[in-house]
Amino acid sequence: MKIAVCLKQVPSRDWQPRVNEQKTWVRDQDATFELNEPDAYALEEGLRLKEKHGGEVVVCSVGPARVSQALREALARGADRAIHVEDDALAHADAFAVAEALASAMRDEAFDLVLTGLQSDDQGSAQTGVMLASLLGIASATIIMEVDAQGPGLRVKRELEGGWFQWVTLPMPALLTIQSGINQLRYATLKGIMAAKKKEIRKVAPPSGLASRQQIVGLYVPEKRKQTQMIGGSPAEAAKALVAALRDEARVIS
Amino acid sequence: MILVIAEQQSGTLNRSSWETIAAAQQAGGPVKVAVLGAATGAAAGELAAAAVTEVLRVEAPALSPYTLDGFVSALGQVVAAEQPESVWLPHTYQTRDFAPALAVHLGRALVTDCIGTKSDGARRLFVRPVFQGRLLADVAVDGPALATFQIGAIRADSLVRGAAPAPVRTVAVSVDAGAIRQAPEAPFREAKQAVDLTQAERIVAVGRGIKEAEKVVLAQQLAAAIGADIGASRPICDAGWLPMDRQIGSSGQTVAPKLYLALGISGAIQHLVGMKGARTIVAINKDPEAPIFEVADYGVVGDLFEIVPAVIKELKG
Repeated sequence: MKIAVCLKQVPSRDWQPRVNEQKTWVRDQDATFELNEPDAYALEEGLRLKEKHGGEVVVCSVGPARVSQALREALARGADRAIHVEDDALAHADAFAVAEALASAMRDEAFDLVLTGLQSDDQGSAQTGVMLASLLGIASATIIMEVDAQGPGLRVKRELEGGWFQWVTLPMPALLTIQSGINQLRYATLKGIMAAKKKEIRKVAPPSGLASRQQIVGLYVPEKRKQTQMIGGSPAEAAKALVAALRDEARVIS
Repeated sequence: MILVIAEQQSGTLNRSSWETIAAAQQAGGPVKVAVLGAATGAAAGELAAAAVTEVLRVEAPALSPYTLDGFVSALGQVVAAEQPESVWLPHTYQTRDFAPALAVHLGRALVTDCIGTKSDGARRLFVRPVFQGRLLADVAVDGPALATFQIGAIRADSLVRGAAPAPVRTVAVSVDAGAIRQAPEAPFREAKQAVDLTQAERIVAVGRGIKEAEKVVLAQQLAAAIGADIGASRPICDAGWLPMDRQIGSSGQTVAPKLYLALGISGAIQHLVGMKGARTIVAINKDPEAPIFEVADYGVVGDLFEIVPAVIKELKG
C-alpha cells in the first residue's frame, strides 16, 4: 500500500504565543517548533498499516525551510521518504491554499491512502485533509478511530459526538483524518535517527498564484469572561485559602 | 442573504442549529435555513418558528443516512440556486466532515469554529480561537464564504421567533446514490462507556500538567478527599493514563457539576466546551496565561505537585 501522511510543523505547545507587531500572526522568530501532535497519530497509523500490509510511507508537508526538521523527525520514526513543498509565503496560509499546494505535489504519486491529523495546534481549522481529498478527487472520511484495510476497500470507525461511533466503508484511494489517541505513539530510536539522515526529502515548489482566501486581520488575547479570584502565597497558604473559599464562599465542599 | 444549514438526526434538530440561526439573525439582513434529509417535514416545521425569510426542505432519498458525497452534491445545487452571500453551519462532527469539501466544490473560503462576528466598518469579520484558545483571531474573507460556529458560543435562547411561521419551500435536488462513495453503517455506542460523569456533583479533572501516569494517583487522592469523580482532558485518555470514558470535552462527556477542579489542564477549546457549565471552577496550573483561568472562579498559579498535597492536607486537618 502506498501511503502518504501529511503533517504540519507548528509552534511548540510549551511556547507562550506572542502576537507580532502587525497583529496578524505570532512572533515566529521567538518560537520553537515541533511536529503537530495530531499529525503524529496519523504518522503512527501509517507506519502500522505499512507494517501490516507492506508498501511505503511518504510524509508530505508545506512551509518554509524549517519544516524539514519535522519531516526528518517523521523519517526517523520510520517513514521512507518525504516531500517538502517549500515556500515561505505558505507558512501561515489558509487550509485551502495549503491543500492546493499539497495536491499539486502529491497528485502524480497516486497514493492509495492519504492520512492527516485531525487539526493543527496553531490555526486549528480542521480543513486541510478533507480539502486535499476533494482536490485529488478521492473519497474521504474524518475523525477516524480504527482502520481496517483487509478488504478491497477500507472499513473505518468514525467518531461521532457524545460517545457514538460508526463504521464507514469507502473505496481506495482514500483520505482519512485520524483522531488523536487512535494508537500509542512510537518515538525515534537512535538507529532511526541515523537512518533518517540518508532518506530523501524531495523539495518541490508550490504552483504559482496560490493565495489564501482568508486573512487574519487582528490577533489578541481573549477577554476574560469571568472574574477569577487568584489565590497566591506558598502552597500551604494557597491550599488553606482555597479550601476556605470552597467551603465558606462557594459552599461546594463540606 | 445568509443561508444557515440546520442539522437534524432522525427528525430531531440539534441545539447548535438554533445557535447558528441566532448568530445569523444577529448579523442583520435576510436569513434562510435549509434542512437536508430523506424526510424533512417535521424539522422544517419546527425551524419555521424562527424569524427567517424562508425554510428550505432539501429532500432526496440518498440524503439519509448522512454521507459526505451526498451532502456536498445536494448543497452544491442549493447554493447555486439560492446564491447566498454566506453559508453558515454549526461546528459539529458532521460539518467538519463535509464543509471543507463543499468549500472546495464552491471554490469559497471556509472559516471554522467561529465564536461570533464583528464589523470593521466596511466588512464582516469572523472571530475564532487559534493556538488552542490562547488567542482569538479576527478573520477577513475574500468574497462569499462558508463559516461554522462553535457549539455553545451563541446562546440558542437569543433566537428571535417570528410572529407567524416562516414559509417552507421544497428545493428540488438530484442526488445520485450510485455516486456516493461512503457506505455508513448504523451508529453505535461502545459498551465500555460505563462512567456517567454528567450527573457528578464534583469532578477533579487532570490534564497534561500531571506529566506521568504514576502521578494520576495524586488527583485520585484529592478526588477521594472531597467526594469527587475523576475526569480528564483528552491527552490523558489518549495516552491511556485514564480510560476513555473519563474524558471531558467535545469528543467526551459534557458535564455541569457544582465543583470542577482542573489540575494541569491548559483549557483548550475542545475541553472548555465540555465543562464551562460547571458552577464553580477551580484551576491549578503552572502557566498563568493558560486559557483555563479565563473560565475559572478560583485560580492558583503554581506547581500542582506541591499545591495538591497541601490541599489534601488542609482538607484532612
